[in-house]
Amino acid sequence: MDSTPDSQLAEIRNYTMNFGPQHPAAHGVLRLVLEMDGEVIQRADPHIGLLHRGTEKLAESKPFNQSIGYMDRLDYVSMMCSEHAYVLAIEHLLGITPPERAQYIRVMFDEITRVLNHLMWLGAHALDIGAMTVFLLCFKEREELMDVYEAVSGTRMHATYYRPGGVYRDLPDSMPKYQPSKWRSRKEVDRLNESRAGSMLDFIDAFAERFPTSISDYETLLTDNRIWKQRTVNIGVVTPERALQLGFSGPMLRGSGVVWDLRKKQPYEVYDRLDFDIPVGVNGDCYDRYLVRMEELRQSTRIIRQCIEWLRRNPGPVMADDRKVRAPQREKMKGDMESLIHHFKFFTEGYDVPEGETYAAVEAPKGEFGIYLVSDGANKPYRVKCRAPGFAHLASLEEMVRGHMLADVVAVIGTQDIVFGEIDR
Amino acid sequence: MAEPTPQPAQATDAESFVVVLSRKIEAQVQGVRRLPSLPDELAYEVEPTALLKVCRTLRDAPDLRFEMLMDVSGVDYLHYGRDDWETTEATHTGFSRGRLPSPPPDPGMAGRFAVVYQLLSISHNARLRLRVRCPDTLEPTVDSLLEIWASANWFEREVFDLFGILFRGHPDLRRILTDYGFIGHPFRKDFPLIGNVETCYDPQKRRVVYQPVSIVPRVLAPKVIRHDNRYDPALKTPELPR
Repeated sequence: MDSTPDSQLAEIRNYTMNFGPQHPAAHGVLRLVLEMDGEVIQRADPHIGLLHRGTEKLAESKPFNQSIGYMDRLDYVSMMCSEHAYVLAIEHLLGITPPERAQYIRVMFDEITRVLNHLMWLGAHALDIGAMTVFLLCFKEREELMDVYEAVSGTRMHATYYRPGGVYRDLPDSMPKYQPSKWRSRKEVDRLNESRAGSMLDFIDAFAERFPTSISDYETLLTDNRIWKQRTVNIGVVTPERALQLGFSGPMLRGSGVVWDLRKKQPYEVYDRLDFDIPVGVNGDCYDRYLVRMEELRQSTRIIRQCIEWLRRNPGPVMADDRKVRAPQREKMKGDMESLIHHFKFFTEGYDVPEGETYAAVEAPKGEFGIYLVSDGANKPYRVKCRAPGFAHLASLEEMVRGHMLADVVAVIGTQDIVFGEIDR
Repeated sequence: MAEPTPQPAQATDAESFVVVLSRKIEAQVQGVRRLPSLPDELAYEVEPTALLKVCRTLRDAPDLRFEMLMDVSGVDYLHYGRDDWETTEATHTGFSRGRLPSPPPDPGMAGRFAVVYQLLSISHNARLRLRVRCPDTLEPTVDSLLEIWASANWFEREVFDLFGILFRGHPDLRRILTDYGFIGHPFRKDFPLIGNVETCYDPQKRRVVYQPVSIVPRVLAPKVIRHDNRYDPALKTPELPR
């Protein structure tokens, strides 16, 4: 070797590295091409689309109601919120309003979904940075809420519960219970079933009662933790001006100190009647966004409790009494010719939505999830565009990680709360 | 630029917010035309040549301040208003199942492609939708808004990928959602839903290869447009049960 040590260094100084698509911290199928100077990121080029399923094109080929299930599969950790935006867009064009009880049920499930999403985010984010325990604790709580999803809709994740005009059915009177088995003794089953004795509202109420304690537990593990702070404070700082330019929304925007929440500013359903606060960050770094999301967990619990109280006092219909969007009752369908025809037409052809276009946005856990819907008066949407919050966030990844170390990329991906179902669509 | 209207642009009880906003916009922005929209939404058609100027005004004028571009989406109007089943004559003839399909629309149809922008003003809590029709259908091109809103970067890449609409001035107009080496623009209405190619493993070549799709496209539920009296404003009476 006749080259000097200096020139050898120069040869290996800049190199390109593939991060993902099969990497546990890539949150799915992110392929990130990183150009590194030593351990410092010079350039980051996210390659996305590995989970592209053409949801929007598929929705154009089906009657309106048959695409509700696709919305669950967009952001598969905040399922009902995506459904909500789609259903709202159809309702805008049809000009129908769901009954009040349905609106409260939707708000309650939106907030349950927010808790589900933030628990998943917290667990994964902490795990990425190296805190294993939080992940296990979060998933324990998530399981309970998944059971709520299952009790109300029949599936743990992809609920297809919201319908234009209301929700699919009213809340059940009982929760499914554990049965004794080879692996679970009678005593253990009794302990597990303790909170499942009453109605579903009782079960959610019991959850909301003890959940703030769990949030404090997570915070004990992380908020003042020295390692956690070293990994998140001053990492991925975004100024408020830049956050607006980059199209941020949700906790990413609020973490930078912009007071903006669609639930307060452009309230939909019954959010204007509920009492809750909007947490806002100061520095716009990963740590502030963590604090914002933790406080959102508490606020969501507050909203859930208010909804439970209202729902207990006010029974009523959960579906608009509009024959256009609602299938006939089963007893009628079995005995009445017209209802049978209606039933058949409703499930095969669907209903026509008047010509027009609308943009319906909800405050999904990750930010503004919007549906731009164009109808030409047919029984299928002419164009559905899903505005996914994560898409705008991931687009700014390069800006957020440039100049940081490789390990910080993981923290930034975690703080953006990336889910590829909604980004690739 | 026209002189701003003298009256204060504050919403009174009688006027909705949308009316006030539309007056502000029409006073300051030229090259836009109001589009029909739902009562609480506001939409404008923008001349392609005026797009950059209009957007800059919308972002910077102190009483507009649309500081966020929330979404960009392409729309292909090729099949707009065309249905698979003729239902108007259905009473006399039955549903036209034996009907021959109507000739496909001309893919070079003028004004086929449009780009739709969703703007949001945080300062004034207002939303606005802009639509630009691409003047040329064979090589649809509009100006890139990257200079005005940084979020346009990936949004425009996506529209380019899925619709083949070019953005003049975009520095990095690569495909974003489809596969490396993909051919075609899948969200165009004349692109088949099942695609043109499928992948499989070729044991001879010992790698994954592309081949033409082996499945036949089919329509499960035909697209139907019913001219529904209930949405006819002339026939709408308040006592009709909704």
